[in-house]
Amino acid sequence: MTVWIMISIIIFILLFAGGSAFFFYNVSKIRRNILLGKDIDRTDKPAERIKTMILVAFGQKKMFNRPIPAILHLFLYVAFVITQVELIEIVLDGALGNHRMFRPSLGGFYTFMVSFIEILSVLAFIGTLAFLARRNLLKVPRLVKSELNGWPKLDANFILLGEITLICFIFMMNGADEVLYSRGMSHAQNMGDGSLGLTISSHLGPVLFGGMSEHSLHIIERIGWWGHICMVLGFLNYLPYSKHFHILLAFPNVYYSNLEKKGKFTNLGSVTNEVKAMMDPSFTPPAADPNGPMRFGAKEVTDLSWKQLLDSYTCTECGRCTSACPANITGKVLSPRLIMMKTRDRLEEVGKNMDANKGEFKEDGKSLLHDYITPEELWACTSCNACVQECPVNIDPLSIIMDLRRFLVMEQSAAPAELNMMFNNMENNGAPWQFSPSDRLNWKNE
Amino acid sequence: MSELSVKTMADYMASGETPEILFWVGCSGSFDDRAKKITKAIVKILNHANVKFAVLGTEESCTGDPAKRAGNEFLFQMQAMTNIAVMNGYEVKKIVTGCPHCFNTIKNEYPSLGGNYEVVHHTQLLQDLLNTGRIKIEGGSFKGKKITFHDPCYLGRGNDVYEAPRSVMLNLDAELAEMKRSRQNGLCCGAGGAQMFKEAEKGNKEVNIERTEEALALNPDVIAVGCPFCNTMMTDGVKHFNKEQSVKVLDVAELIAQANDL
Repeated sequence: MTVWIMISIIIFILLFAGGSAFFFYNVSKIRRNILLGKDIDRTDKPAERIKTMILVAFGQKKMFNRPIPAILHLFLYVAFVITQVELIEIVLDGALGNHRMFRPSLGGFYTFMVSFIEILSVLAFIGTLAFLARRNLLKVPRLVKSELNGWPKLDANFILLGEITLICFIFMMNGADEVLYSRGMSHAQNMGDGSLGLTISSHLGPVLFGGMSEHSLHIIERIGWWGHICMVLGFLNYLPYSKHFHILLAFPNVYYSNLEKKGKFTNLGSVTNEVKAMMDPSFTPPAADPNGPMRFGAKEVTDLSWKQLLDSYTCTECGRCTSACPANITGKVLSPRLIMMKTRDRLEEVGKNMDANKGEFKEDGKSLLHDYITPEELWACTSCNACVQECPVNIDPLSIIMDLRRFLVMEQSAAPAELNMMFNNMENNGAPWQFSPSDRLNWKNE
Repeated sequence: MSELSVKTMADYMASGETPEILFWVGCSGSFDDRAKKITKAIVKILNHANVKFAVLGTEESCTGDPAKRAGNEFLFQMQAMTNIAVMNGYEVKKIVTGCPHCFNTIKNEYPSLGGNYEVVHHTQLLQDLLNTGRIKIEGGSFKGKKITFHDPCYLGRGNDVYEAPRSVMLNLDAELAEMKRSRQNGLCCGAGGAQMFKEAEKGNKEVNIERTEEALALNPDVIAVGCPFCNTMMTDGVKHFNKEQSVKVLDVAELIAQANDL
């Protein structure tokens, strides 16, 4: 083993260990942030949950309501998932100083797998270019809304450019290696077959690199190899800072989906106790919560459930929800996507505040309601569930809107005046309008 | 026109009888002039099919849906518990309602507060009555007419009921045209979530105008609805476009009742 190989092994191991450790460090912070949410039970019906996860997350069932982006996205998704297999070899090669160590033992299957990945990579390349075009040239409305100005747009383009770069490195690596192999100069074990047999690179390699010297080819091959693994680790560590985190959270988020009918909203147990105490003199309310007085509804991210917070980190800002929202379509300020983005932004801010104050949240005079999400947004919602229906990863923006409305009404008495009139009518006449309850059956004789 | 036969739960109780089903009329169906016509159409069909049904009459109170969607969980639960006490007192088992909001609330949100009933929307009951032959559609006044159905959010997306209203209307021999946004992708009329009771927030269009535009693009003779709120919103939309002479907004129950000259 040469010194160079020794050095490259050490660099590789340091890079890989460092990259992994930093990723898990950031993930643990996100996990802590999510667990700041209130507890709810989403562990029932495991079989139905697994089925939902297989259909909606693995199978991308809801994506196919819009076939064109669904197919393009499928290219990237399948390429991403299958490439993980090749990554095993790359990591082992890097750590052991080998080159294509699985090829001699796997033989034809190896050629098939790597070729399959190459074909998927080409499809992913096409998909990525199409996505860049949809965002920057075709300007698909939901992808260029002003709510995405700044970081969200930049983030989306970074991800796509990163993917293109990654794919280019793969073809540099494989293409140069094909040319070297055909000349008997590759570091891969020579099986006397004259070609690595890679479907794309055996053709692309000679076209791109055919006339180059052995020395240049080895350099290109190494740039491709190192560029690839650096991109993988870089991407991994970019995820916790990006909307692209959905590639991991989509699966648990769909597993913990709300399995009830969408029309069914939660009944607040705390309110049930109060109402029972009011209506039934013999009812003894349970002992007061030792954690201090509870809040009705949500003002802050910590008043939401962990699932609602997981939703916010899972959102990849595709905007299907917003493009189906009747309020948004008709020009109101409400955007369900923005509800999710603001929830995540505030949660990130709370998390950073805790990091800066030894794990304790220091009051910053802000809250999710009012400082991030305004009453005007909340009151524009028709609770039609179009956003919930649309989301390909079963995010529920409506439940957040409802919890914030509850706080506005029950804690701040801040309902619009017409709704207060409706409440009064209901309390006094048992109907939202000012009609006498004794007239309820008049229709019969009219 | 024959007299409507409507008995209350109290009437049944007094005579020692038990009705097959409780017809939950709802606030719109009781007080709104347009929605009262839907209520009567439902009653006519029930009478025609000899369904032994009861109403609660003055003992009915708002389900609390608009309060709940507006964030007033206290008021909702007070309404719910009052209604549950009344219905449990009458040992109600099965409920039909003409309002998807009442339907959703009683079906989904009453059980955990002690109200457990089998709840159906009137289009589901109509489907059942047609399937079992208790009603037949004989008059053909809608034959060849173009009808488009607007899915109510709380019936469709809220409770996955898409086929019942459509299968009922298939019996009309009419042409059923679907809007681009239908079933799971249906667009709200703009009235849900307590919007019915307030002015819309500032925007560049009313939701019901957007939706009516979509329906009118099909050049229908009838926009069919299954919700009194949708009915109001779509009727207003049709008026906005001055089309009320050529396009009728009718509930599925009214279509069936009119087809049978009830």
